[in-house]
Amino acid sequence: MDPTTRTAAELAAGIHSGELSSVEVTRSHLERIAKVDSEINAFLHVETEGALATAEKVDADIAAGRRPASPLAGVPLGLKDVLTTKGIPTTCGSRTLEGWIPPYDATVTRKLREADVVVLGKTNMDEFAMGSSTENSAYGPTRNPWDTTRVPGGSSGGSAAALAAFQAPVTVGTDTGGSVRQPGALTGTVGVKPTYGGVSRYGLVAFSSSLDQAGPCARTVLDAALLHEVIGGHDPMDSTSLNAPVPPVVEAARRGASGDLRGLRVGVVTELGGEGYQPGVLRSFAAAVDTLRELGAEVAEVSCPNFEYALSAYYLIAPSECSSNLARFDAMRYGLRVADDGTNGADDVMSLSREAGFGAEVKRRIIIGTYALSAGYYDAYYGSAQKVRSLVTRDFDAAYDQVDVLVSPTAPTTAFRVGERVDDPMSMYRADLCTIPTNLAGTAAMSVPSGLSDEDGLPVGLQIMAPALADDRMYEVGAAYERARDAAAGGALADRIPEL
Amino acid sequence: MTTKTETMDYDEVLERFDPVLGLEVHVELSTRTKMFCGCPNAFGGEPNTHVCPTCLGLPGALPVVNGSAVESAIRIGLGLNCEIAGWCRFARKNYFYPDMPKNFQTSQYDEPIAFDGYLDVELGDGETVRVGIERAHMEEDTGKSLHVGGATGRIHGADYSLLDYNRAGVPLIEIVTKPITGAGRRAPEVARAYVTALRDLLRAMGVSDVRMDQGSLRCDANVSLSPKGDEAFGTRSETKNVNSLRSVERAVRYEMTRQATLLSRGERVVQETRHFQEADGTTSAGRPKETSEDYRYFPEPDLVPIAPSSAWVEELRSTLPELPWERRRRIQQEWQLTDEELRDLVNTGAADVVAATVDAGAPVDDARSWWVQFLTEQANSRGVDLADLPVTPAQVARVIALISEGTLTNKLGREVVLGVLAGEGDPDEVIASRGLEVVSDDSALTAAIDEALAAQPDVVEKIRGGKVQAAGAIVGAVMKATQGQADAKRVRELILQRCGAE
Ligand SMILES: [Zn+2]
Repeated sequence: MDPTTRTAAELAAGIHSGELSSVEVTRSHLERIAKVDSEINAFLHVETEGALATAEKVDADIAAGRRPASPLAGVPLGLKDVLTTKGIPTTCGSRTLEGWIPPYDATVTRKLREADVVVLGKTNMDEFAMGSSTENSAYGPTRNPWDTTRVPGGSSGGSAAALAAFQAPVTVGTDTGGSVRQPGALTGTVGVKPTYGGVSRYGLVAFSSSLDQAGPCARTVLDAALLHEVIGGHDPMDSTSLNAPVPPVVEAARRGASGDLRGLRVGVVTELGGEGYQPGVLRSFAAAVDTLRELGAEVAEVSCPNFEYALSAYYLIAPSECSSNLARFDAMRYGLRVADDGTNGADDVMSLSREAGFGAEVKRRIIIGTYALSAGYYDAYYGSAQKVRSLVTRDFDAAYDQVDVLVSPTAPTTAFRVGERVDDPMSMYRADLCTIPTNLAGTAAMSVPSGLSDEDGLPVGLQIMAPALADDRMYEVGAAYERARDAAAGGALADRIPEL
Repeated sequence: MTTKTETMDYDEVLERFDPVLGLEVHVELSTRTKMFCGCPNAFGGEPNTHVCPTCLGLPGALPVVNGSAVESAIRIGLGLNCEIAGWCRFARKNYFYPDMPKNFQTSQYDEPIAFDGYLDVELGDGETVRVGIERAHMEEDTGKSLHVGGATGRIHGADYSLLDYNRAGVPLIEIVTKPITGAGRRAPEVARAYVTALRDLLRAMGVSDVRMDQGSLRCDANVSLSPKGDEAFGTRSETKNVNSLRSVERAVRYEMTRQATLLSRGERVVQETRHFQEADGTTSAGRPKETSEDYRYFPEPDLVPIAPSSAWVEELRSTLPELPWERRRRIQQEWQLTDEELRDLVNTGAADVVAATVDAGAPVDDARSWWVQFLTEQANSRGVDLADLPVTPAQVARVIALISEGTLTNKLGREVVLGVLAGEGDPDEVIASRGLEVVSDDSALTAAIDEALAAQPDVVEKIRGGKVQAAGAIVGAVMKATQGQADAKRVRELILQRCGAE
């Protein structure tokens, strides 16, 4: 059997029992990347030597009877190019960091290395994680393996597409307003945004510090859980990291696979649906809710009235923080430097380098954010947005008093065509309508595929949301749902991805 | 204008105007590590050697607050009689400058850790003035730029600039006074006395080196004038680069005179930063501040709020060291000094260092004579304040102890202190590296003594005959042979012992 079609859990079991070799598994994935990535463009950098070196080490350990370093030791993985990797280029999808080799590892990277996970390379993304289609990458858009004329979503489009194209069984993405979940929905894969502070942000190149969160992406809920436990946990290098154990997500995913959700209270968010949503998406969502009910869950409607303002608040808070976070790209210490011809002063070199290094969407957000933080506007914009943020959090708190998890469609539509929304930022921003509230509140959410839309045959995502540090709850629900979905369809969703 | 204009006489300035001062002091804390990372907080070092991803602002790196810096900030707040915030945050101050790695400074804005306090400062004649403290807040220092080429040493017109980030991220406390009004003629003196008192306080608390010459204490002086009897404040200038206590006084006085001259000619004072020129005691125009820069402050999302518990604050309050003015009151009693004697000691800057030397175990008289005589000479010849000499009271106390136990002679003691001043380390290190220890090894001495005795048998006879004072000649010979490093008292004892004349 081709190792690239197997799950991370299966690969790990095979490698750790000696039945499979990590080197073989790694080579199969590298060959797959070599074969399909000219079409998909999921990878910005492939780290062949490093990947094989890790794989060889794992094989040697297993042969010598040593315990694997982690449940995912020897399993290949793609890492979003926004996490720093010592000695390996990190571009954030931007021209400004072309050729930059970080001198240090992100905590997520360090944990992956310590776990002997095989890092295949760095995945494509919207520049500095700003976008919902991966079209904002300075290195060309990533294509959706279900239909290569369509986008895979974004900003973690490379991480999601790599899964659907069988280039990697697991990947890491980052989610600031839906950047893991929405690509998961559009590519028929699982994408998780852990509780804010659950995964260290040290070495995650910041877009919006108070919203950014790295999370696991996989083709199954269990694989996502396995990766979640490897990358999660308290980190003294990140002050906003939660000093709490990683919720028992693997155990929850295994328990969920038994398919029993009796006693679970599920809330359907009234405000996330209806007008403006693609009918096929709404039908898929309704069917998914029915499935949850069949699994024994009690389903109720829950109203979160302030979610209506979440998108507007997000597009003030995120750009404000980004305008400050991206100020460091000034051509003085690293990154692109232009116009340093001996006649331009430092201010001009900084300004011209930023002009040349940043793409249009990044500039748009820096300008919006700079404006929103300006004296005289701060209260009206940034200040009001923070108030909305508190209100959204209060809505969640009230909702979780009544139910255990909340559900909604992950994105209002299925994958759109490359180029379709690039000139219409507002319609692009709406792609994150359902995912943004969770980032504002710092709670947890995941997207699990709910099958294909009956009108265009493209994947639809079911969003399952849980309170802070109750990430295990959504894994349990997600795993139960996933099993019921595949049983009803007579096979895994991934088997229906078209041949590339 | 190139012609030197007539400046107004100081008396006339005061007849027509009331000065208003605002002093902003930046203090570098002497914590072991920087404010938000684990890099050493040390002055100097090869450029860009005390750096890491965080203080270089590399993409992805994050800050973590240095707990001992917060502790120092609270102690400073308590020493300045401030309220301590029960909950406060850091904020980002956004502006572009190449020596600031992130192009924002992590600082505090509307939620300082300490606020609303005061410092009582004593003027030269013993009068006490209360200076209100607006706030004390935490922030990080910037790196240093060295602008090469060009005439001014500033960034504009330079050929190129060199950047050193060793100082980037060093913990700073900014202490801002409330407007100081009503000081009149004594405004320059009050400014100096305030900075002096603040420096003494911070030194007593052990939170900073407070070396103005090295920039670990930096003062910006805001000066404005109001026409006599007018309540409204005039336009202010902010003078930077004021690197000594004397300069604080000179800069304020110069600004008062300069502004009065402008105003009396019907011209206006420009709101701007000015640079103090140490050489001639004047200030020159820097950056105009007509439109105040918009720093786009917002709460730092990479750091969690700081909420010092009242129990912690009270614990810190209870462990505040004896404050300089309390200590002065105590030494006045213990040493039985008159008010005038104490003031002399204070005005020469010796009171606190003498007291600290006594606290470190030295007898009062020895401590006083070392600081008031030898070390004052050294400070004068170097043109620095006594307390800024690079020798600590503890080191002076150690030298005094070594002299009294006979390990050093007075002369060697001074040499040891010169070694400490030259940066050769602690007294014991200087003794070791310069080989200054008094020869106290009896066997080494015995050899020299036997040689001297053999060379002068006639003297030996005299000693044996009871003329003990004749031993002086032998002592002299031995001291010469040991190049003065022997303890003469011990040499004499050994000679008498050897001659059986004890
Ligand atoms: Zn550092």
